[in-house]
Amino acid sequence: MTEFVQHLVNGVSVGTIYALIALGYTMVYGVLRLINFAHGDVYMVGAFAGYYAAMVVGVRGTASTIQVAIVTMAAMLICGVLGFVIERFAYRPLRHRPRLTALITAIGVSFLLEYGFQLSFRGSKFPPGPTPRFFPRLLEAGDTGWLSGIGVSLSRLDLVNFGVTIVVMLLLQWIVYRTKFGTAMRAVSFDSQVAGLMGIPVNRIISWTFVIGSVLAALAGLLVGVTRPRIDPLMGLNFGLKAFVAAVLGGIGSVPGAMLGGLLLGIVEEYVAGYLLSSYREGIAFGVLILVLLVRPSGLLGKTAVEKV
Amino acid sequence: MAAARTVLRSFLPFLVGIPVLLAVQWFLDRSEMGTEKLILINVAINVVLAVSLNVVNGFTGQFSLGHAGFMAVGAYTAAKITLVWAGEPVAGLSPDLSEQLVFTLALVAGMGTAALAGFLVGMPSLRLRGDYLAIVTLGFGMIIVSIIENVEPLGRAIGLSGIPRLTTVVWAGVAVIATISMARRLAISTQGRALFAIREDEVAAEAMGVDTTGYKVRAFVISAAFAGLAGGLMVHLLQLATPRSFTFIRSFEVVVMVVLGGLGSITGSVLAAAFLTVVIELLREFDKFRMVIYAVMLIALMLLRPQGLFGTRELWDLPLFRRLPWRRLGVTPGVEGASPTEVRDDEQGGTR
Amino acid sequence: MRAVRAAMLAPLLLLLGAKSDEILVGHVGSMTGQEATFGDSTDKGIRLAFEQLNKKGGVKGKKLVLKTLDSQGKPEEAQVAATRLIVNDKVAVLLGEVASSRSLAMAPVADTNQVPMITPASTNPKVTLDPQGKTRRFVSRICFIDPFQGTVMAKFARENLKVTKVAVLRDIGNAYSVGLADFFVEGFKKMGGTIVTDQSFKAGDQDFKAQLTKIRQANPEAIYVPGYYTDVALIARQVRELGMKQPMMGGDGWDSEQLYEIAQGALDGSYFSNHYTVESPDPRVKEFIATYEKAYGTKPDAMAALGYDAALIAADAMARAKDLSGPALADAIAATKGFKGVTGTISLDAQHNAVKSAVVIAVKDNRPRYEATVSP
Repeated sequence: MTEFVQHLVNGVSVGTIYALIALGYTMVYGVLRLINFAHGDVYMVGAFAGYYAAMVVGVRGTASTIQVAIVTMAAMLICGVLGFVIERFAYRPLRHRPRLTALITAIGVSFLLEYGFQLSFRGSKFPPGPTPRFFPRLLEAGDTGWLSGIGVSLSRLDLVNFGVTIVVMLLLQWIVYRTKFGTAMRAVSFDSQVAGLMGIPVNRIISWTFVIGSVLAALAGLLVGVTRPRIDPLMGLNFGLKAFVAAVLGGIGSVPGAMLGGLLLGIVEEYVAGYLLSSYREGIAFGVLILVLLVRPSGLLGKTAVEKV
Repeated sequence: MAAARTVLRSFLPFLVGIPVLLAVQWFLDRSEMGTEKLILINVAINVVLAVSLNVVNGFTGQFSLGHAGFMAVGAYTAAKITLVWAGEPVAGLSPDLSEQLVFTLALVAGMGTAALAGFLVGMPSLRLRGDYLAIVTLGFGMIIVSIIENVEPLGRAIGLSGIPRLTTVVWAGVAVIATISMARRLAISTQGRALFAIREDEVAAEAMGVDTTGYKVRAFVISAAFAGLAGGLMVHLLQLATPRSFTFIRSFEVVVMVVLGGLGSITGSVLAAAFLTVVIELLREFDKFRMVIYAVMLIALMLLRPQGLFGTRELWDLPLFRRLPWRRLGVTPGVEGASPTEVRDDEQGGTR
Repeated sequence: MRAVRAAMLAPLLLLLGAKSDEILVGHVGSMTGQEATFGDSTDKGIRLAFEQLNKKGGVKGKKLVLKTLDSQGKPEEAQVAATRLIVNDKVAVLLGEVASSRSLAMAPVADTNQVPMITPASTNPKVTLDPQGKTRRFVSRICFIDPFQGTVMAKFARENLKVTKVAVLRDIGNAYSVGLADFFVEGFKKMGGTIVTDQSFKAGDQDFKAQLTKIRQANPEAIYVPGYYTDVALIARQVRELGMKQPMMGGDGWDSEQLYEIAQGALDGSYFSNHYTVESPDPRVKEFIATYEKAYGTKPDAMAALGYDAALIAADAMARAKDLSGPALADAIAATKGFKGVTGTISLDAQHNAVKSAVVIAVKDNRPRYEATVSP
């Protein structure tokens, strides 16, 4: 029992991070039908932005609330700008080209960020180089003690993560379905040409979608940095891939789907490692994904595309 | 007579190619160009990979990200066979000859198992479209790596070492010729036209009576078999098989080659594979900036030529070559109109 | 033909700076990729050694020049890089790689081209052996091998810590970790201990709690984690977050300043085997640490120390060899006896493996403290 609940807590803890990154994938995919493979690296940049911001504001020991706010804003701002730049210069010129073309520039951008951050110069603090860094303590860790009665540890940070992710998801859902911007987004997603004819500023909508997605990635980077304080230039590689898988699992393009997919992937991985074989963790997680897709070819909450002849 | 001509035509590339390859090999061996030889073989392996992936991604328009997985299947099969048979002459043949025989057998077996893997993956998953298929194939690649890392006889993370170095320029060259003629002949066959039809419009193809699933699975199997061949060649060059060589990054690299060459263009894939392999080698002098420059170059190339080097055309479809007289003389077999139609640039855009 | 080629290459060689009063040494390392931090450290160690040697007048009156090529952590790249250094740049000695899976791809290249290769940190026994199991004449290493290091920790756990139940957590994607775990398990069982559970993770994972929860359930007396510090530090934190108090044990992959920075005390009470201790009274070690810190602004990790020693042994062999041809150098390296390096007194045995004692380091107050020396 203890073990079972502990696994659930752990799984949800990883799953929320997957979900947060998956939300970014899903937003961009929903509007552009583009797999933004550089998204995982934007998340990495988010973590490093937080690291450098904390260095600038001089976080020592545990940070004060103001410092946390500054660091968070800075990371979000940097990633938002990065997302905008990536879209403007790497994807927009290729928007009317076959989709695989933009995928290659996405891989290019991803390589650029990964290898760019692995550079290091003597006497310069940026880029960080390949050595992993310690992410400053922005929030106080510690056990809530809520479940200690049955021997389960539940970290305060996990609770914060979960809360943030839920709030973000609800906020996104509200933006997409209740605001003018969201309506425009959905119109662009439905048919960008017609949306353009209807007077919707397609370029601006797409740019903002990228900015929002990247800001979410920054948030995910910070949350991971706080709970698992080891950051390195390749941290987005695997996590980005897993988050993408989570987005697909939930039905890519769907906001609650990304959340569900993320949590599900985290929990499945956890139980596979906990009850089956930890050495097959990745293999079995992907096996589950494949099975789900075979039964539901558009993911759990995805819309089945109507074939037009 | 006609049959004899057909047979001759299938073997002609090899009859011409093998003496040339032997000459190249002889020249490289004599001139101590060890690095050039190694790079040449690596180019050949990448060409085999890119052209075979093009059959799925380019001809059929399906998005596969599992090429490294098929490579691994072929590589480990071939490596296991040569390792078991190493040092034991077969049927009283001379050691050299028996080694070559075992290697041939190993490569063929590798192609076989990879094809089988292609079939097993393709059969259920080709119901899926676009990105969902990509994820399933990606997952397959991950599962293969996961299995290798867990199975003791496959050497786990440590890998299989001590594999004899049997891949030569000749072997790699023969593999390239085989792959290219396969792709070329596929493109001008009924099968190929069915694949192009699926790429252009799957629903319409189906309505015209094309067995889309059947053709897609066949394309998948053929592509996987040649990936297995490339894998077999690679481990017999490296003398080592580790799961590290078959990560999803490797699949990405091949996709990059195919897209850069132009989806559906065989010559495009060949040139892009060769170009990228050589460029990344030349960039070595830039030390740690190497991959950064490579990334920037990749982005720039895609922005400058979004349709790939050749689009869906082949080298000889380019205006420059069209003017050459040999084409009109009909030396190349009648392929007029068989080349895939040009995909209109704005057709598959992100508008839908 | 050769003459033409030589004529073509001559200006190129001049450009690269391979002059007659210089000795070119090659290094293949993971300068980028998942294990880049180790390639980077090794390279810094080697460069430091060469700088010091050149200040003292070099070897045989010639200056040592290092050329590093990146393996990106891929065996294929390591093979091409090694070939380039040997064939095109004509290096006298080839140094590298850290990881066994890359060294295994380089060893045949060194052997067939008759250029000596010294690997600073590849611990898999197969690296110095050819497919027939004979020692490769041109390949040697200056670190101990997996069987020794695994047994050291097994012995320490049984005899010093007096534990009988141990859980193992290995990095399934890493040859080093798998090899070390295997030999630890073998040795520990032989000494009468039991392995209560054998779990795996993968380098770069962010979350290890699934495996750790399972380990908690099995209730071992200690946890053996033969991984790289990049993961171990996070694992240690999560071990404590789950409320486990058991000591952890590990290998030389742990040694780095970052381990303590990231673990933040979570590793207190843990032990790992290493090549040397930073507290050593040996002036060589003190000087190395001081100069390294001065040059790069960080404390050296195990890989930096091994790279430093590998470079020194290469230089030492060059000084002893009658000429700088491959076979002469290889024999001189193989004849290394009692070389006093930073990572201990190094002698090479018949299989070209370094015979040296290992030290066990304890982590106390988030600092490494010397605990014991285990001889082979």
